[in-house]
Amino acid sequence: MNADKKLIADLTPELEKTGIKWYITFFVFFAFFVTGIYGLYQQIDKGHIVTGMRDNVVWGFYIVNFIFFMGLSYSGALISGVLHLFNTGWRKPIIRLAELITVISLIIGPFFIFFCIGRLDRLPYLFMYPRIQSPITWDVIAISTDLVGCFIYLYLSFVEDFAILRDHPDLKVAPWKKKLYRILSLGFTGSEKQKKILANARTVMSAMIIAIAIIVYSVLAWIFGVTLQPGWHSTIFGPYFVIAAVFSGTGLLIILMWIFRRIYHLEEYITKRHFVNIGVLLTVIAAFYGYFTFSDYLTKWYGSIKMDSILIDKLFTDYYSLFIFANYIGILLPAIIIAFPRFRTIPGITVAAVIALLALWVNRYIIVIPTLETPFLPIQDVRPEWIIYSPTWIEWALTLAGVSVFAMLFMLISKIAPIISISEMQEQDKIEIMK
Amino acid sequence: MENNEKGKSSRRSFLRNVGLGVGAISVAGVANAAIPGANDSAVKSGKTLKLLSPDGKLVEVDLSDIKPAKEIQAEVKSEAMKGLPNRKFVMVIDLSKCANARECVHACQEGHLLPKDHEWMKIYLLQDDNLTSKYWFPRPCFHCDKPMCVSVCPVGATFKRPDGIVLVDNQRCIGCKFCMTGCPYSARVFNWKDPEVEVPEGHVYDPETNIPAVEGTVGKCVFCADNLRKGVLPRCVQACPMGVLYFGDLLEDTVTNGVETVRFSKLMADRAGYRFKEDLGTLPSVYYLPPYNREFPVEMGLEGADESVSGRYKKAGPR
Repeated sequence: MNADKKLIADLTPELEKTGIKWYITFFVFFAFFVTGIYGLYQQIDKGHIVTGMRDNVVWGFYIVNFIFFMGLSYSGALISGVLHLFNTGWRKPIIRLAELITVISLIIGPFFIFFCIGRLDRLPYLFMYPRIQSPITWDVIAISTDLVGCFIYLYLSFVEDFAILRDHPDLKVAPWKKKLYRILSLGFTGSEKQKKILANARTVMSAMIIAIAIIVYSVLAWIFGVTLQPGWHSTIFGPYFVIAAVFSGTGLLIILMWIFRRIYHLEEYITKRHFVNIGVLLTVIAAFYGYFTFSDYLTKWYGSIKMDSILIDKLFTDYYSLFIFANYIGILLPAIIIAFPRFRTIPGITVAAVIALLALWVNRYIIVIPTLETPFLPIQDVRPEWIIYSPTWIEWALTLAGVSVFAMLFMLISKIAPIISISEMQEQDKIEIMK
Repeated sequence: MENNEKGKSSRRSFLRNVGLGVGAISVAGVANAAIPGANDSAVKSGKTLKLLSPDGKLVEVDLSDIKPAKEIQAEVKSEAMKGLPNRKFVMVIDLSKCANARECVHACQEGHLLPKDHEWMKIYLLQDDNLTSKYWFPRPCFHCDKPMCVSVCPVGATFKRPDGIVLVDNQRCIGCKFCMTGCPYSARVFNWKDPEVEVPEGHVYDPETNIPAVEGTVGKCVFCADNLRKGVLPRCVQACPMGVLYFGDLLEDTVTNGVETVRFSKLMADRAGYRFKEDLGTLPSVYYLPPYNREFPVEMGLEGADESVSGRYKKAGPR
């Protein structure tokens, strides 16, 4: 297959050589990862007593991270899936980033469930003795389907690129990489027929992963929604969680666009236009997300149901600063930054995305923890850790390990395949020439 | 496992030999006490013993045929899952009598070999409103007829029996803690670390006692299902010095606190029985009698209490 020389020259240097900075960064993340593994060892060895979780607050950082990472996977579903379906031209340079976020976060998310369950050795029971009544079983089915679907979708977008890399004689990469490209390109030669099949498959998959993603995150929300607990028992949780997930996925996409643009010198491909477009998208989503948040808390606050009042009281006292950060600053500030042309610069939009992402994590935290701290029967205990949840170093370590694995997988993949799809860009070039 | 098999076969053969059928509780007791070490002889001793069969007939058996029985236990898990036939267990808690003596808590902990910080039976000090009075509120598992914990369990580790009891199989439990967030009554406890209890030798696990507790799994009040199988009242009911706790069978319309036995329906009618948070629709098997015409002042429950106990109730108030 022939490919545009310039595209290959611009997008493949990272495949050919790896700088010392890459190794240092990777090592730092790896150190975090090892710390997390050590923490996990401690937890398995001594039991969950080493975490900050106790009766009452039985779910802590792990579940928060689980729903957070699962939410990030929306990046692919939305940006890649929706934009692909509507054939939006400008999506091409960022489509692969979005798809990678999806698959990698879908791989990491479930690990936090593994950290949270008391008997890791009995994990196979989920498949051996499944009970379809349980929302966890729905989750197992939904997440595994999503993972397979998103992986296929990602792979379909890679096939053509692998074929290009395989056929490009000047590419100076290790022989094993060449071999890998040969295997993974599945004999793709670029014939019209092959192209048509691939394009059809991708269109079908893009529609499917949108549907699956909505199901996955709704099911996740229902794990909370179906219970009777104050604050969780809400009909709005399904769509609320979905929109929150899109919000975080979009935020992370902007951050990664900024990082890779800078480090891999992709200024020519990922331009201000992309930041602005995705930024505007983030603002629109922020508006929806803020609206859902407001509706949810307004109805709880306005009425006089006792448990709701107790929960709202707690949110506005013990959790005051977190609440303000998550639900005011985290929603309004990104929207404001992007709304004003003055701040609508690449760094400005990136800052907005960072705020949005952090705030969303905190939002998950104040959905999970305060409810567990306000059960129907008041907590009457003298042990402080039974009353108030505070995470231990092990939970922090495993959280950072999750983030590190995310980063490491991204770094590794960026050494095997270009972070911007060559084939997609080529197609875009053709379209532009035809115009 | 081998132990279990042996115990099962010896009891079966005993029952067969005596020709009594299942459930001869008193017989087992007598046999145990009367004939030490008479089990292994194959020869007939010629001496006989008169025993009462469960259907009220007097029968005579050769001493050599009588073997000491193991304590009656639901030997196999499937038995523990089936429950007792034609029963619907119910508990009534008379709030007017409770003075936080905590005997129920201790008896439960001892009987189920719970670590000291595990309380299946918990006693709350509640106050509904500023203008209403405080009262002590013992809370076992409510063994709901629509148990949220059972619905949400992904592996069927917690289950509801036809006799109304909700149990946890801690050999199945994966420790996801979904049941704990599902339960609106905080009735479940998690084994955050190895419970470090000494299990009596030869004890076989079954969900009716949930002994031994297993690290990383969930435990809760079992209504002393093992006692019920033997026809004995739950440990908390036996232990309560005030007669607060009544236990019985809804089908028989009878509950007892060990001292007095009363009609369940009459008790409900006379004393305006109610269930905690009826509006949640979980249909508990535990009923409460309002703290009306109280026998003890609330403060009595704090007298002489250890700081680890009295400290809990410092912030108790209307909510």
